[in-house]
Amino acid sequence: MKGQKTITLRTVTNILIHVLLAVLAFIWVLPVIWIVLTSFRAEKGSYVSTFFPKSYTLDNYIRLFTERNVLNFPRMFGNTLIIAVFTCIISTFIVLAVSYSLSRLRFKLRKPYMNMAMILGLFPGFMSIVAVYYILRALGLSEGSMIRVALVLVYSATTGLGFTIAKGFFDTIPKSIDEAAIIDGATQWQIFTKVTMPLSKPIIVYTILTSFTAPWVDFIFAKVICRTNSDYYTVAIGLWNMLEKEYIHDWYTCFAAGAVCVSIPIAVIFLFLQRYYVDGMAGAVKG
Amino acid sequence: MKKRSDGTGKQSGNETGAQQRMPGAGISLQSALRYGDASTRLSALVMGAGCIAHRQVGKGILILLLEAAYVVFMIRAGVSNLLAFPGLGDAVQEKVWNEAKQVYEYTAGDNSLLILLSGIVTLFVTAAFLLLWVLQLKHSYALQEAVNSGSHIKNLREDLADLLDGKLYITLMSVPILGILVFNIVPLVFMISMAFTNYSKEGDHLILFDWVGLRNFGKILDFGGNIGRQFWSVLAWTIVWAGFATALNYIFGMILALVINRKETRAKSFWRFCFVLSVAVPQFVSLLIMRTMLQPQGAINVILKSMGLIDAPLPFFQNEVWARVTVIVINLWVGIPYTLLQVTGILQNIPGELYEAARMDGASAPVIFWRITLPYMLFVTMPYLITQFTGNVNNFNVIYLLSKGDPTSVGDTAGRTDLLVTWLYKLTVDQQYFNYGAVIGILTFIVLAVVALVTYRNSASYKNEEAFM
Repeated sequence: MKGQKTITLRTVTNILIHVLLAVLAFIWVLPVIWIVLTSFRAEKGSYVSTFFPKSYTLDNYIRLFTERNVLNFPRMFGNTLIIAVFTCIISTFIVLAVSYSLSRLRFKLRKPYMNMAMILGLFPGFMSIVAVYYILRALGLSEGSMIRVALVLVYSATTGLGFTIAKGFFDTIPKSIDEAAIIDGATQWQIFTKVTMPLSKPIIVYTILTSFTAPWVDFIFAKVICRTNSDYYTVAIGLWNMLEKEYIHDWYTCFAAGAVCVSIPIAVIFLFLQRYYVDGMAGAVKG
Repeated sequence: MKKRSDGTGKQSGNETGAQQRMPGAGISLQSALRYGDASTRLSALVMGAGCIAHRQVGKGILILLLEAAYVVFMIRAGVSNLLAFPGLGDAVQEKVWNEAKQVYEYTAGDNSLLILLSGIVTLFVTAAFLLLWVLQLKHSYALQEAVNSGSHIKNLREDLADLLDGKLYITLMSVPILGILVFNIVPLVFMISMAFTNYSKEGDHLILFDWVGLRNFGKILDFGGNIGRQFWSVLAWTIVWAGFATALNYIFGMILALVINRKETRAKSFWRFCFVLSVAVPQFVSLLIMRTMLQPQGAINVILKSMGLIDAPLPFFQNEVWARVTVIVINLWVGIPYTLLQVTGILQNIPGELYEAARMDGASAPVIFWRITLPYMLFVTMPYLITQFTGNVNNFNVIYLLSKGDPTSVGDTAGRTDLLVTWLYKLTVDQQYFNYGAVIGILTFIVLAVVALVTYRNSASYKNEEAFM
């Protein structure tokens, strides 16, 4: 009798927990579903009275990639792609070089550099954004097509401060491999390029993909540096503008379509990277 | 010319150097100037001379060229930059009637901002030059010692090869450090120095401004003044927000992770996927959607109304209390999946014996959570929590994209949900009160540094490193 009671109690708790999880999962997925539905919605405007669209259409996507007069989304997409590719190349090199040095090489400025990175991390990220703009202007990078160069520099130049996850990865590669290579007469450069890098594919992939996504999701730096040069806007500014008062009625459903277009690649990258993200965090916490 | 004179100096220099050399004296700037031979001492004036004299001609010429570049820079711009730096310029731009052309012409006035920037850049260049000066002096002395003791002197080729071997860190780190210097440290110093000027639209000081010492700090910290009152209320809200956001995310995220990881829970990876999906969508997209959904005419209000649940739209971002609760709740939506991702691995590492012992003693699930899981997690993840807290103090996205800091009282620059960072952004980018923005940036840094230091010092993982070992 008593055993049966505990079994039913357990079943009830289990059911309750699964229902709770289902409700929570629904809340978490709801905005995602909403945006996908909105991107296929035929009625315009952001004010709707039903959750599901009354009729479905692909026009939002077509309009997003064909209409180039008001908000030139295809051009923004191209801009962001170019910027992302170059940012990705430069910052991958920087992040790997810095994390490898901090993890494997020993030099006088190692600890001071890590302390400096920690202190710089405590300042609000864009506190210096206005100053950065004036420096870019002094370098002659604030007008015309140089804006793209400026954005690449802004996104990649300071990535040397974000070494935690990659360093955590390099820390886990046994030092004895390096020592064996040194005995075989390898230079440090050969160890870096021919021994450690081939062992570090996961973290290389991780670094490439994270630095590729940065320009797609940033709108603060892009907004301050592009100012009114709409020819060089990135998708983030474009999407932001679609929700401004003058555009929101006409462009809300296109905004949803654009958001879906930007989110899909980033979501795929993120889900793919999840594992490294968790591992990297665990490494970082372990110290 | 220089090279030859260095060469002749070398002979005599070596002898005196050998006589005066103290056995075991370290390589320092002092010893270099005191015991260095003629060429080493000459390096103090003609940089690189010591290198050239000690068979490192290529390196010496390179250093000499750098010195020449610095001298040219200082003559052409540097000196005037430094001279203007203390005053920040005072020539006002004026309109002058040009009789010949029959038009008004503008005289070039001083631009304080450019003077400030070029002054700071000159100071940085000078600091780098001084560093080079010290290093090459020391290097020259070390070379002299090496020559005297007859050890091998590296030639340029070997030096370059060393950059890929023993000194690989120089090769790998110099570009990143240069990037950080130009795009992080110099701008930061530039911005910090603005805190000590009157650079703002207040009193029309956008082109010409001056040093004002600590006056801005006094104004911001002053309870009585308008901006001071705003500062203290924003600061208080920032701390409340960061505390709630961090603690709630952490606890709920952990409970969620525990529930999903329970032995009896089915389809674990499906549940995890549902929550992680929301992280995968770029934050600015999901937050902008939330924002439009929560407007008075937005989807949520309209749907609730048509269902007959409410009469008037809910004031998500119009009422102070509503707005504050809304941003904290939505931040849970944003943050819990992150916590879930991060604690899952650590939760599985909790030693099983702890749980078994607790169950033997008859502890219930909540007791186990509060007495074992939470202390253990707090212990292991304290550094992570501190980063979370600082991240939340600096959480620009959630506030700016959701509420834009609103509701804002008339006449205030800071809204009721503004954090220090979003206020800083508004003050500098939107409102052009650069001096106050800079002060707030500095104060934010101080708050964060104090919090980070105090929590870390008081955390169990600092006091007792072996509690759970």
